[in-house]
Amino acid sequence: MAIAERTAGTVSPPSVSVRPGWAGWLSTTDHKRIGIMYLVSAFVFFLIGGIEALLMRIQLGTPNNTFLTPDVYNQMFTMHGTTMIFLGLMPLNVGLGNYMVPLMIGARDMAFPRLNALSIWLFIFGGLMLYVSFFVGGAPNVGWFAYAPLTQKQFAPTAGVDYWIVGIGLTGVASIAGALNFIVTILNMRAPGMTLNRMPLFVWMQLIVAFILIFAFPVLTVATIQLLFDRHFGTRFFLPNLGGDAVLWQHLFWFFGHPEVYILILPTMGIISEVLPTFSRKPIFGYAFVAYSGVAIGFLGFLVWAHHMFAVGLGPLANAFFGAASFLIAVPTGVKIFNWLATMWQGSLHLTTSMLYAIGFIGMFIIGGISGITLASPPINVQQTDSYYVVAHMHYVLFGGAIQGIFAGIFYWFPKMTGRMLDERLGKWQFWLMLISFNLTFFPMHLSGNAGMPRRIYTYEAEMGWNLWNLISTIGSLLLAVAFLIFLWNVLTSIRRGPIAPADPWDGATLEWAVSSPPPVYNFAVTPRVRSRRPLWDEKYPHLHEVNGSHEAPVVRRGPLHDGFERETPEAMEPIHLPSPTYAPLIVSVGIMILGFGIIYLGDFGLIAASAMLVGLLIMAAGILSWVRISHVDSPHHAH
Amino acid sequence: MSESSMTRPHATAAHHTSLGVDNRKLGVWAFIGSETLFFATLITTYFVFAPVNRMRPDFQDPREFLDIELTTVLASILLASSLTMVLALSASRRGDRRWFTTWLLATVGLGLAFIGGQAYEFNHLYHEGLTLSSSLFGTTFFVLTGFHGTHVAIGVIWLLSVFFKVRAYPDSPENAMDVEIAGLYWHFVDLVWVAIFVLVYLI
Repeated sequence: MAIAERTAGTVSPPSVSVRPGWAGWLSTTDHKRIGIMYLVSAFVFFLIGGIEALLMRIQLGTPNNTFLTPDVYNQMFTMHGTTMIFLGLMPLNVGLGNYMVPLMIGARDMAFPRLNALSIWLFIFGGLMLYVSFFVGGAPNVGWFAYAPLTQKQFAPTAGVDYWIVGIGLTGVASIAGALNFIVTILNMRAPGMTLNRMPLFVWMQLIVAFILIFAFPVLTVATIQLLFDRHFGTRFFLPNLGGDAVLWQHLFWFFGHPEVYILILPTMGIISEVLPTFSRKPIFGYAFVAYSGVAIGFLGFLVWAHHMFAVGLGPLANAFFGAASFLIAVPTGVKIFNWLATMWQGSLHLTTSMLYAIGFIGMFIIGGISGITLASPPINVQQTDSYYVVAHMHYVLFGGAIQGIFAGIFYWFPKMTGRMLDERLGKWQFWLMLISFNLTFFPMHLSGNAGMPRRIYTYEAEMGWNLWNLISTIGSLLLAVAFLIFLWNVLTSIRRGPIAPADPWDGATLEWAVSSPPPVYNFAVTPRVRSRRPLWDEKYPHLHEVNGSHEAPVVRRGPLHDGFERETPEAMEPIHLPSPTYAPLIVSVGIMILGFGIIYLGDFGLIAASAMLVGLLIMAAGILSWVRISHVDSPHHAH
Repeated sequence: MSESSMTRPHATAAHHTSLGVDNRKLGVWAFIGSETLFFATLITTYFVFAPVNRMRPDFQDPREFLDIELTTVLASILLASSLTMVLALSASRRGDRRWFTTWLLATVGLGLAFIGGQAYEFNHLYHEGLTLSSSLFGTTFFVLTGFHGTHVAIGVIWLLSVFFKVRAYPDSPENAMDVEIAGLYWHFVDLVWVAIFVLVYLI
């Protein structure tokens, strides 16, 4: 893989005040730093979720195992699911988006930098609150979907469910605030010439996800608030013995839960829509189809929630509708897959680690997609529901799909974010080990599921015929752990000793490659002007626009790249307004967290909890005051 | 650079933005979209349980409990507060500080009157035997209207913070936009009450 010949971009150091050391991170409003904080904290949570999965696999490796008690096993699968979805995949995507979206659209930061900081802190505190539950009586043990009435106080007496409610409540607020930020940033802060239909596809997918998020999350928020009231304040929303409705919980949860699947997968589809063209040396095939089929997926995603509920017995009409709508989603998804394949067709493929992951994504996602189509059919679904077949399906989509897509993105953008290259040889070892062990872990689950093995059981009898498949799955999962250790080692060594990354190591087409690696605090000294979907290829290959739209001739790599957008001298710089560092978002988040603790114990320890809530509100108020002050100082009019 | 200020009417083209809409205004519109789903879920829950409530042995009839006269007054108060909000924004754009203060504080006052009226209503219903746990009606009614009341309270705090910010920085050119986006939220909360009033109290 040719690494461009020029040295790291050397832009004059920024004249912006950044506090040194830890203070710089705690008070940052820079989208790049916040992006890194998302990625690091999400990866830590991801590793914890992975350990929980390993513990479950060890327990299930042999029949009648006693490694975990049933209750601990329940806590493990609940925390594994909740962690991977809310604290792993989502924030990994948000982290990449936070770092890359402003760069890709030619902006200096997100639209609301302080709100961005609030999002990261609320996310971190929400995740920590969820994990506090382990130390105060036990983690939630009701599944990540928290079906009623299992979540009611009499069946789940520990505070675990309350921590689950408040923990994902905080991350939910963080997600909605983040989504608002993405919407405004993407719609309103594009560089001149970057029309919607010239945006990089990763940006398109982040925009769609942000819209899904602001409409899906409030429904989960309401459902969890109602659950909280049921548990502590005497209501009966989900208590069937008092006229409440356990199925209503399922409707509300999956009205959120299914769009959530697209919140997890669409950004990674965006990532590979960037990676595949770069390493195929061709523009993406059918740009508009890829973009708008993403819109179609986002829209249809709101109409299919009850395919998670075929076994409830909603009646043939409802099942037929939701089954048909689910089949319909296969169409835009298939369109994307054909576009990706056509992008690679006759391209000059560079099989970097990032590209391998993108190709791995397509392969594994197709398998997960096909098992998904079988599950969209109500009669088959009724056979497979709550079996390991479903576990296999969702892991092919979310691990084989989303996680591999995220790795494609991490190997692609790591040089941009850190200024160092990841080790490609280790990366390829990791890729192959991961691909093999992933299939070793999850493919047998199709078979154990078909053989009748239900989900969420902590052990099984030896004569059920599931022993072999479970043993293979467990061995596969241990190898998967090795693959992650290789990645961890790769990151830790490369960040210190890896080769220095040039500004544009992959000969990319999008604007993030126009600035140094890592980019200066202000991103762009001069706001770039955009004339096509591939602004940087326009600069580097002026003849390209003549063959725009033709997919026959791969882009031919030329000699040393010239400087592109960095040419502009600092003298030409317009005055750059960057938000000042501030602790206000951190203070507000601490206040909200204390408020959250108060809410958890309000039902049981009224007075103490109420005082805690009051303290939380006061801290919040103090934070908001300093927030308003700093935003006034920062406003562009303040100086004059 | 923003042209909007207390002294220059109708100049709202803030920084250059791709859509030509102020960033914060766009953000608040998107937030209102999100809040719509929040209240839609609460209202849907109310309607899912309304017929179940009727068949329960502990059935409580909304018509026996809800006082249309009181809530009509409350609805009028909130509707009037939308008018004073519009007048406050208009005064703010004109740069008329005295009328801006008057109309904004009137809006705050009407908001507080609504909250007071709701507190009275809740207290009254509680003494009549309607509680969170007395019936499905109590469960769904208090959570729905309670969260609306919470939104009104947040709106009042938002308006007050705008009031104090404008007082502290009277010459900030962002004042008109501060007032406008607080107003957007206020009108939304008002609109939600119209929906609740019609769907829960009148039907």
